[in-house]
Amino acid sequence: MAGGAASGGTAASDTYAKARHWLLMPSWVVLGFFVFAPVCVMVIYSFLTKEFRGGVIWEPTLAAYDQFFFDRGLFGDGDPILQWTYISIFWRSIWQAGLATILSLLIGFPTAYYIATRPAKTRALWVFLITIPYWVNLLIRTVSMKFLLRDEGPLNDFLLNIGLINDPLHIINTNLAVQLGLFYSYLPFMVLPIYASVERYNFTMSEAAADLYATKFTTLRRILLPAVKPGVIAGCILVFVPSLGAFLAPDLLGGAKNFMIGSLIEEQFKGNAGNWPFGAAASMVLLTMVIVILLIFSSQQRRAGADQ
Amino acid sequence: MSAKTDVKTYTGFQFITILCVVILYAPLVVVTIYSFNASESITTWGGVSLRWYVDIFTGPESAKFQQAAINSFSIAIIAATLATGIATAAATAIVRGGKYRLRTPSLGLISLPIMVPEIVLAVATLIFFNSIGFTRGYMTILVAHTAFCIPFAYLPIQARMQGIEDTYEHAAMDLYATKAQAFRRILLPLMMPGIISGFLLAFIVSLDDFIITNFVKGAGIETLPTAIFGSVKQGLKPNIMAISTMLLGLSVVMVTISYFVSKSDNTK
Repeated sequence: MAGGAASGGTAASDTYAKARHWLLMPSWVVLGFFVFAPVCVMVIYSFLTKEFRGGVIWEPTLAAYDQFFFDRGLFGDGDPILQWTYISIFWRSIWQAGLATILSLLIGFPTAYYIATRPAKTRALWVFLITIPYWVNLLIRTVSMKFLLRDEGPLNDFLLNIGLINDPLHIINTNLAVQLGLFYSYLPFMVLPIYASVERYNFTMSEAAADLYATKFTTLRRILLPAVKPGVIAGCILVFVPSLGAFLAPDLLGGAKNFMIGSLIEEQFKGNAGNWPFGAAASMVLLTMVIVILLIFSSQQRRAGADQ
Repeated sequence: MSAKTDVKTYTGFQFITILCVVILYAPLVVVTIYSFNASESITTWGGVSLRWYVDIFTGPESAKFQQAAINSFSIAIIAATLATGIATAAATAIVRGGKYRLRTPSLGLISLPIMVPEIVLAVATLIFFNSIGFTRGYMTILVAHTAFCIPFAYLPIQARMQGIEDTYEHAAMDLYATKAQAFRRILLPLMMPGIISGFLLAFIVSLDDFIITNFVKGAGIETLPTAIFGSVKQGLKPNIMAISTMLLGLSVVMVTISYFVSKSDNTK
């Protein structure tokens, strides 16, 4: 999730206008056939009847969504009661992703600010340093985190050795481990957009505020933060959205008790539950949430652009 | 001057930045160190040794890992090559194709794989292959990887092409080069840094992918991430540290190359 393709560009020309449809054709065919069409088929599947042991029967029904939101008793003929099992998994995912986002912001904002105020030469190096871990396999990073946080792991060893704790901390298989894992997975996404905003920030505004006897904290809160807000929001979305549907961190660090949306969906296709329409419906709920977040974001960005 | 730097600095920000870098690298460094552990256990340190690296190539799981590595690398190379070709053509049409109605929808379609949550894309691809009766296996992984690698290849290529003035191509065409010649002999060489870095990013993204691969792979086929995941599910073992360290090193090397290639300027 690198923020979407840029808007097209400035050094554009129409040199190859005659061939443009031929040039676009491969991407339309591949992406249309293997990304767009599958998402459409998934929408259809979410309205189909579940077949015993995976697969579907081509009979339209709302059963998958009904199962998601309502409980109709053991035989499925009782009055619908709002059912919390799945909604609470979604709620937990939002909560976990939210905490991971706040944690990333607390560490990411000062980091981005610090890097953006370095001399131009060292700045690129810092950015590079922050980017490298993102390109390391997410699975390997999550496994590394699991290794580090274990009860007998190096972190506990270290804390025991320096005498900070007397008994090992039980972090693995808790909510905290999942939050730390998500935070660790997506932290670079928080730093980069904020960095880009702070780099464009005009520091004479901070100087003006200081000249008018604003304290540093007031300057930060009233001048700097409003100016770099688009970057902060972009960073939060780039951390929150992938965290929401994450699978590896909750699965490897959270254990069975800390189920999130990703695990719920995966179980419908890989595990024993094997309810494809239900998995498709859960994916649709997740996709809808993400689309709503992105729409709010883009309308805000447009408003922010119109203000300037 | 001192007042200016004073306004810019906040106490504690430097500390948090260092903390941030430590957090980002600590797990990776720790795993790298422990991959050289001679001990059978992952907890106790038994001295420096390469035994787990030897184990990957000759141990009981070596056949599984070798097959997984062959699958991973061949898929990554083919998928990244196809994605880079498709992305280069698309970028030419979008940056150098004038203004037209299909331009914005095309950009939207290209960024679709990075906008849709990965797990949703995985579900959609699985359902799709199943509904059109594709048998899951090597080909389904390859096709899925090619599709989701396109935006990663596209972004650096587009960025590069936007930075190249079209005067070079026009100069060539003034000298009676055809458009195809201008593209092949002028624009393509100038775009090479963008194309190489697009290819490398697509390659890493394909090599790293777990979720989509896990959904669309058949029962009998593994890539490195799915093989590692399967192993980790049975418990952390020292040979996993060794194989992780090797992949980690490869990613770092490739990103470094990509960084320096994309920074190099061959238009001067």
